[in-house]
Amino acid sequence: MANRVAVIGIGQTHHKSKRDDVSIAGLLREAAQRALDDSGCTWADIDAVVVGKAPDMFEGIMMPEHFLAAALGAVGKPMMRVHTAGSVGGSTALVAAHLVAGGIHQRVLTVAFEKQSDSDAMWALSVPQPFSAPLLAGAGGYFAPIIRAYMRRSGAPSDVGMRVAVKDRLQALKNPYAHLHMPDISMKMVEESVLLWDPLHYLESCPSSDGAAAMVLGSEDAAKIAEASTGRRPAWVHGMAMRSEPTMFAGRNQVNPQAGRDCAADVYAQAGITNPRAELDCAEVYVPFSWYEPMWLENLGFAAEGEGWKLTESGATALDGGDIPWNCSGGVLSSNPIGASGMLRFLEAALQVRGLAGDHQVEDARKALGHAYGGGAQFFAMWVVGADRPE
Amino acid sequence: MSKIPQTRQGHRPVAIVGFSQSASVRADRESNEVEMLLPIIHDVFQKAHLTKDQIGFICSGSTDYLIGGPFSFVTALDAIGVWPPKTESHVEMDAAWALYEAFVRLQEGDLDTALVYGFGKSSLGNLSEIYNLQLDPYTMAPLHPDLVSLAALQARAVIDQGFGTEEDFARIAARSRKSALDNPFSQVRRDDSIESLLNEPYLVSPLRRHCLPPISDGASAIILAAGDKALELAEHPAWITGIDHRIETHAFGARNLAVSTSTAKAASVAGVADGHVDFAELHTPFAPQEIIVKRALGLGDEVSINPSGGPLAANPLMAGGLIRLGEAAQAILDGNATRTVAHATGGPLLQQNLVAVLEGA
Repeated sequence: MANRVAVIGIGQTHHKSKRDDVSIAGLLREAAQRALDDSGCTWADIDAVVVGKAPDMFEGIMMPEHFLAAALGAVGKPMMRVHTAGSVGGSTALVAAHLVAGGIHQRVLTVAFEKQSDSDAMWALSVPQPFSAPLLAGAGGYFAPIIRAYMRRSGAPSDVGMRVAVKDRLQALKNPYAHLHMPDISMKMVEESVLLWDPLHYLESCPSSDGAAAMVLGSEDAAKIAEASTGRRPAWVHGMAMRSEPTMFAGRNQVNPQAGRDCAADVYAQAGITNPRAELDCAEVYVPFSWYEPMWLENLGFAAEGEGWKLTESGATALDGGDIPWNCSGGVLSSNPIGASGMLRFLEAALQVRGLAGDHQVEDARKALGHAYGGGAQFFAMWVVGADRPE
Repeated sequence: MSKIPQTRQGHRPVAIVGFSQSASVRADRESNEVEMLLPIIHDVFQKAHLTKDQIGFICSGSTDYLIGGPFSFVTALDAIGVWPPKTESHVEMDAAWALYEAFVRLQEGDLDTALVYGFGKSSLGNLSEIYNLQLDPYTMAPLHPDLVSLAALQARAVIDQGFGTEEDFARIAARSRKSALDNPFSQVRRDDSIESLLNEPYLVSPLRRHCLPPISDGASAIILAAGDKALELAEHPAWITGIDHRIETHAFGARNLAVSTSTAKAASVAGVADGHVDFAELHTPFAPQEIIVKRALGLGDEVSINPSGGPLAANPLMAGGLIRLGEAAQAILDGNATRTVAHATGGPLLQQNLVAVLEGA
């Protein structure tokens, strides 16, 4: 029987193009210290540390967790390093959560990061590999044809992606940690930005960010102690799941991957959710390119297949007036420290149900979804968190 | 039917019920990672009497830097064929830690089986250059201390503190290579005299060539099963009755390189000293490291070390730690041992260590 898991501390950095003022260790320490302070814990209270980041070539350091052990207070403790492509921030949180759910530890610090300015992700994603045909496309070039397929299948009008780009940037204005703060953002501005990978304009793509995200996950006892000492309630994990499918095979539905649907079904079943749009108060979903909002609305069961774009178009996913706000923090489109981007989704969902999301708080949010995907959209990690302790 | 032994840390009992490995070779020019993994994945499923559809959780260990590109684990997953989609995870660590993640995942009771695998094709690059990138990028990597020179510093500390001699290093290497004669999966398999080894010139003093592991391409896979499921799948499951891992600081100057505090801590949590040890499989790729780890585990000279030949005879990176767990388990699965110890390491100069105690009923 799994033990209950609570999010008792949350921290993140201010995400920027270049954090020249700190080393990688300093960047992680900043997020981790904020999470510890939020949980009312000290470094000594932490039983184990779980670190996640996207490919090591993004900084040019092989297994950087080894040189980060001391900065993250892990000396003498267990430390793990997760890498599951872009979903890694979410997977890392789940590996840490299972250490609590499995009864191994009371309090686990989990940290995810990317310091993109130390290298070039576009290059790192494009180096030729032995035995494989080079794509030389980066992530945007990989996903653009899949988005094209979605547009053709769904008959969505061509401006839906731009609406997402504007909505998420407007929401980012309410999040002081967001990388992009663009008060003048408009449909016209997005449309006039460079067309990078048809149909994606420059402003429909995520930025390259330096940043880190951290959480302290705790047992029920740890949650009680944290709440008593800080006066802030925890977020409770109601469901968590990972799914993977093969990258390529004939007939694979790349627009609406089965692994994403299965992962969502699993996490909803654990959380007792049958109608995500009605029963969740908000969602933080990995949308690095604008069109992935309507695509994931369908994949995650918020809309029927082919109908996701209608939710976006109607404003249903906006913090301002929508019934199911998506990415109130500004999402990946506004901050993208790649390895941390998934964990930011997970921790923003937790912030919402703790009532600590500040200006981008959804009023009385009780249940929220955190979501991350990676690779060629074949890796998924999700959790549902709630304000109430699960049964 | 055999009973399930008591676990030391109150864990749900989980056992290794199947182990497979590829033959380690200097350079496998015939196969890519998927092709290297396919036969052993097939083999381990057969050994555990399972199909992939019956596997609850999959976890692998590998590192991107061996192929010099991102996502080496992504294509490797094609060796399984995760369709319909599966619950799957990956650590950028030796696959011994993938086993740990799977062991933890099986604690909750909703899943009963897991597949763990690791792979490394070291032949694709220059390991000394690659592993330099693992060091502190601000203070250490720019100095380019290569892997062997760092290991020589550690060897010197072992000698200076009186824990071992160059002759001991040669004895360890000779014993490893000789043991490997009985292991068809091993790579450096021969009977060398200690004198001949000591006659080799220094590579980096006090290390001679025999103190170093071979460069190996290889892979390994293990199937874990919990509780009654393990009893169903294996006649003599190798129960993980204790398991723990710890890390130390990256700053070499802040550690006594001749002592492994992290191994000692993990050994104490895992309960190595709680009973007799039939043999221990140690992930010590440099000969002097065997002395350090053996001391940290508190093993006496009566305990046989690395009867498989160990990493001085075959050293597939990222799979080597998992192979230690597999070898320690196989003797129990075969009914030839009742209590064994497995050790895995990660990071430069034994920075991070995992210790597991395996028991038959």
